[in-house]
Amino acid sequence: MPEDKKKESLLDKVGNSPVWKSIFRSGVPRTRRQRMYAVLGNVFLHLHPARLPRHAVKVGYTWCMGGLSFFLFVVLTITGILLMFYYRPTVEYAFTDIIDLGEQVPLGIMREIHRWGAHCMVLTTWLHMLRVFMTGSYKPPREFNWAVGVILMTLTLLLSFTGYLLPWDQLAIWAVTVGTNMARATPFLGSEGPGASLLAIGDINLIHSASDVRFALLAGRFVGEATLLRFYVLHCIAVPFIAMIFMAVHFWRIRKDGGISGPL
Amino acid sequence: MIETLKNTIDYLSTPTISFTLITAIFPFVFPPTDWFDRINRKLRIDKLWTNTGGLIQFILITGFFVLGYQDPNFKIILMKGDNFPIVLMVYSMAFFTWYAMKKSYINDARLDEGKKPMEYHDPEDKVLVWPDLVYIEFICLILFMVFLIVWSILVPAPLEEPANPAATPNPSKAPWYFLGLQEMLVYFDPWLAGVIFPTLIIVGMCAIPYVDINKKGDGYYSFKERRVGYFIFMYGWVVLWVYLIIIGTFFRGPNWNFFGPFEYWDPHKLEVLNNVNLSEYFWVIGLGQPLPSNILLRESVGFLVTGIYLFVVPVLLAKTVLKKMYEAYGPTRYTFLMILGLSMLSLPIKMYLRWFFNLKYIIGIPEWFFNI
Repeated sequence: MPEDKKKESLLDKVGNSPVWKSIFRSGVPRTRRQRMYAVLGNVFLHLHPARLPRHAVKVGYTWCMGGLSFFLFVVLTITGILLMFYYRPTVEYAFTDIIDLGEQVPLGIMREIHRWGAHCMVLTTWLHMLRVFMTGSYKPPREFNWAVGVILMTLTLLLSFTGYLLPWDQLAIWAVTVGTNMARATPFLGSEGPGASLLAIGDINLIHSASDVRFALLAGRFVGEATLLRFYVLHCIAVPFIAMIFMAVHFWRIRKDGGISGPL
Repeated sequence: MIETLKNTIDYLSTPTISFTLITAIFPFVFPPTDWFDRINRKLRIDKLWTNTGGLIQFILITGFFVLGYQDPNFKIILMKGDNFPIVLMVYSMAFFTWYAMKKSYINDARLDEGKKPMEYHDPEDKVLVWPDLVYIEFICLILFMVFLIVWSILVPAPLEEPANPAATPNPSKAPWYFLGLQEMLVYFDPWLAGVIFPTLIIVGMCAIPYVDINKKGDGYYSFKERRVGYFIFMYGWVVLWVYLIIIGTFFRGPNWNFFGPFEYWDPHKLEVLNNVNLSEYFWVIGLGQPLPSNILLRESVGFLVTGIYLFVVPVLLAKTVLKKMYEAYGPTRYTFLMILGLSMLSLPIKMYLRWFFNLKYIIGIPEWFFNI
C-alpha cells in the first residue's frame, strides 16, 4: 500500500483532490469504468454515448464534417461576440468600424476568422449532407433528423446572407439588394408577384411596395439604415437563436434514433 | 498552343456546350441502370474512383487553375477574396465525391463476394468515447483551427468601397452560394427562380428519406445498391447546384453576359436578345394572326402545354413506363416524386427551349407577373 502511494503522479494528485473531484466527479479517467463515467458525467461530452461502434470513430466514415460545422458555429459565435464590441450597425459608423477592426484593434484578425469561417461553415454543412446521403444515413429511423438537418443548412445560408450586409460596402449592399429583390416576386405576398393584385379591397391594393415581404425584410423600399439594423439583429440574435434550437433537436435525435448509422 | 487551348476551353465552357456535355456524360459516370453500367465498365470510367483516377482529377483541376492564374483576365476573377471559397468548394467537392465513390466501389466488390461492408464491425466490440473519439475530434478541431488562422493571417477579408446606393456595380452578384439561383434567373422569372424553386429545393431535400423506399445501403457506402438515388442526387447536386454556382461566379460578367474563363469582361459586349413567347410563336408565326386581346385566350397554348406537362405526363407515365414504380410507391409518394422531379427537370428543359428556339416564356402574362 505505501508502495502505490509513492507512484502516484501529479496528475493523480490533482485528479483525486476534492476540488477536481467536485468538478469532474470521475477523477483521472484511467479504468474503463472511470472513462465511461467521464463521458456520462460531463454535460458537453454526454452528447456522445459512452461507447461507440468501431466504425463510428473513423474519419474515413464520418469525415468529421458535422462536428466541424458545430465547431465552426462555436468559433463564429465567439469571434462574432468580439466583433460586436467594436461594430455599430449604423450607416454612419458601420463601414469605418470595419476598417478600424483591421487597423486599430490589436491582433485584428477576428473579422478574417469570422468571414472565412463562415464560408467554411457553408461548405462543411454541404459536405456533411453529402456524407449523410452517400452512406444512406437518412433512411428510417433517421428521416426526421435529415429534415432537421436540411433546415439547419438553410439557416446556415441565412446566417451567412444576413452577415453579408454588415460591412456596409458595395459588395454588401448590392449582394443583399440582388438577393432580396427576389422577395418582391413572391406569389401573393410580393408587390411584383403573381396573384398580388388579387389581394385588394376595391381599388386599394393591399400588397404594394411598402407592404410586401420585401418591405418586411428590408424595413424599407430599399437597402438602408433600417435594413442594416434589421439584418444585424437577425444575424446576431434571431437566426442563431433558431439555429440553436434546431441544433439541440438535431443532436438529441441522433442519440434517440439509435446513434450513428452503420451497417447491421 | 496555349492560346488554342484557352480558346478551346472558352468555347467548351459556354453553357450550351458544357451543360450538354456534362448532362450527356453524367449517366455514364453514375450509371443508374445495367445498360449504362456495362458501358461505364467497358469504357473503364469506373477507374475514375481509383487512386490513379483521383490523381488525374486533381491534376486536371489544378492545371485549370494554374493556367487560369497565368491568364490576366481569369486572374482578376480568381484573386477576388470571396472567390477563394469556391476554389475550395471545387477541390473539396471533387475530393469527397471521389472518396465516397471509391469507398462505394470497394464495398460493392465486398458485397459481391458475400462479405459485409468494410464499415461492419462486431457489434459487441465497441470503443470508448473517452479517449478514442474525443481525441480524434480534438485533433480535427486543432488542425482546422490552424488552417483557419493561417488563412486569416495571409488573406485579409475583402472590403470594397463604402456602400453607395447610387452606383450599381455591373455585374451585381448575390453571395456565391446563391449564384445557382441567380443563374436560374436567366431562364425563369424571379417568382420561380427566387421563390418557388428554392422552396421546392428545401421541401424536396427534406422529402428525400420519405420518397426513397429503397431500404438497402443504410449506414455504409454503396453505389450498386442505391444507384438511381445516387444518380438523381448527384445530378441535382453537382450539375444543377455546384455547376451553376461555378458558371455564376467565374463565367458571368457585366450585364450577366457569358464570358469564357479567359475572355476579357467587356461591359459593351452585345448579346442579341430576340426571345419570343410561345403565344407569339403560335398566333403570329404559326397562324399569321395578331395576338388575341383576351389574356387567357392568348396564353391558352401555354396553359395547355404546362397542364399536360404537370398533370397528364405523370398519369401517362404511371400507366405505362413507370407502372411498376407507381405500384411500389403508392399514389401519394408517386405524386410527390413527380412534382419534385418534373420541377427539377423543368430547368434543363427551359434551358434547351431558350437555346434552340429563343423561347422566352411558355406562359407570358406580364400583366399579372405570371410568366413561366
